[in-house]
Amino acid sequence: MEITELTVHELKEKLNKKELTVTEITKAYIDRINEKEKDVQAFVTTLTDEALEKAKTIEEDKKTGKIQNELAGIPIGIKDNMCTKGVKTTCSSKMLENFVSPYDATVVEKVNNENLINLGKLNMDEFAMGASTEYSYFKKTKNPWNLNKVPGGSSGGSAAAVAANMVPWALGSDTGGSIRQPSAFCGVVGLKPTYGLVSRYGLVAFASSLDQIGPITKDVEDSAILLNIIAGHDEKDTTSIKTEKKDYTKCLKNDVKGLKIGIPKEYFGEGINAEVKQELEKAIKKYEELGAVVEEFSLDIAEYALATYYIIACAEASSNLGRFDGIRYGYRTKNYSNLKDIYRNSRSEGFGAEVKRRIILGTYVLSSGYYDAYYKKAQQVRTLVKKEFAKAFEKYDIILTPTSPTVAFDLNARSSNPLEMYLADICTVSVNIAGLPGISIPCGVDSEGMPIGMQLIGNYFEEEKILNAAYTFEKAINFREKYKPEYKK
Amino acid sequence: MEVSRDEIKHIAKLANLNLAEEEVDTYLLHLQDILNFANIVNNAPVEGLEETIGANDNYNVFRKDEIKNFGERELLLQNAPEQEEGMFRIPKVI
Repeated sequence: MEITELTVHELKEKLNKKELTVTEITKAYIDRINEKEKDVQAFVTTLTDEALEKAKTIEEDKKTGKIQNELAGIPIGIKDNMCTKGVKTTCSSKMLENFVSPYDATVVEKVNNENLINLGKLNMDEFAMGASTEYSYFKKTKNPWNLNKVPGGSSGGSAAAVAANMVPWALGSDTGGSIRQPSAFCGVVGLKPTYGLVSRYGLVAFASSLDQIGPITKDVEDSAILLNIIAGHDEKDTTSIKTEKKDYTKCLKNDVKGLKIGIPKEYFGEGINAEVKQELEKAIKKYEELGAVVEEFSLDIAEYALATYYIIACAEASSNLGRFDGIRYGYRTKNYSNLKDIYRNSRSEGFGAEVKRRIILGTYVLSSGYYDAYYKKAQQVRTLVKKEFAKAFEKYDIILTPTSPTVAFDLNARSSNPLEMYLADICTVSVNIAGLPGISIPCGVDSEGMPIGMQLIGNYFEEEKILNAAYTFEKAINFREKYKPEYKK
Repeated sequence: MEVSRDEIKHIAKLANLNLAEEEVDTYLLHLQDILNFANIVNNAPVEGLEETIGANDNYNVFRKDEIKNFGERELLLQNAPEQEEGMFRIPKVI
């Protein structure tokens, strides 16, 4: 098997047994990036030379015993909205095209403390606003399973890079599905942790009450390992929660006997593609065979949640993106004679169309006269969504839904129709609205060979339950052995 | 709710964004589309429900107000479009 096909836990084992060296692994990934990047277009910035340098240093330090942790020397890719000191953080926007952060995001610091090697910054929809990565200012990332299709978004670069073996794992961020949906589209595993489990310090803010960083990996075990690294309280993020340190790999028991799984019937109705539904139904049967107790129930919040999501996310974005004014950092217009011109022209020239659309929508719903009809109502719906989930979790351990109503769609198919693009998030947003953890794992492919994702939702801080359920399913169906990206042209 | 051309121009002004005349039409169309969809929140059974402000219940998180020096002043300033003598440079305001 090629080095780049191995999971991180397999790489770790080979490093331990001295069957592979850090430099060999890093070189294999650099070769792979050089081979595949022209087709996949996953990176905004590659750090291949730096990575090789670092690999050599780490290898030396491992020999002398200066570095002892087992994951040292494993490469990683990072979504380009997490600040990396000395390396550009662009958010795939013209606004931040030349921005070099003076500090590391907390997750980046944690990744560095483990001596992981950053292979580069991964493409995304501009400021994480989108579901296809087509709204990147720099490039359109392609889906490794079929290069005419989108990888999903907004963490499309991260998911595509993992699927194409250009990185062994990656960090993504999820505001309304931006980890889970691209993971589903690219046939990989994406976990959005409970809001507050992972520090957002140094993550460029989109919608602060919804954003959460999480792992995108080849399998569930790697997801647990990366969550071990990034989870934990951070005093620099006041929304991060003090929780006891857990080892998430310990929950992977390959056993779901007696696990109570709720199936919300509204997530399998109108608008869900027939093949997606079919594969999900097979997955549900599989869980029953494995001994889980499956029951259908009603969770009639998906449409309310999606509308609420776009109101709240855009409102918060319009406020968060107010900081981009062309003064302290970011793009500054050449065309100005006074301060007001700098603000207005820099923002108008620096932001892309979708970002402006969301700022305008957000400003509208927050403006006097409309606040009560939209924003206040949305905040109340948020309470409703939380209550409905709380009710469900009185009866069930986890909730199972499709990750997305469709498989990956064609490039350019939705980019000019914002509302249609927003509908791609219908299965995932309610999880962010409530702040719950959710994981997407591949459960099959459609007739064209495109991967289909299944979402498992857990109660607050019960990542272990969804990880174990995902792990058990993964072991039972062996998706990675059966299906591989084909780079169809 | 019907959004007018004037209204969208006003909103763009509040958001410090310029919209060219032809852009106004596109944004108006999209905004109207999205708002029509978003209107369903008004059908949600939320009578008497409190508003949720954040995803978790953290409230007034305090820490000691201690001075911590940020040692990377130079790196900060390097991102400024224009700087002079360690300060951000902007056009004359007064």
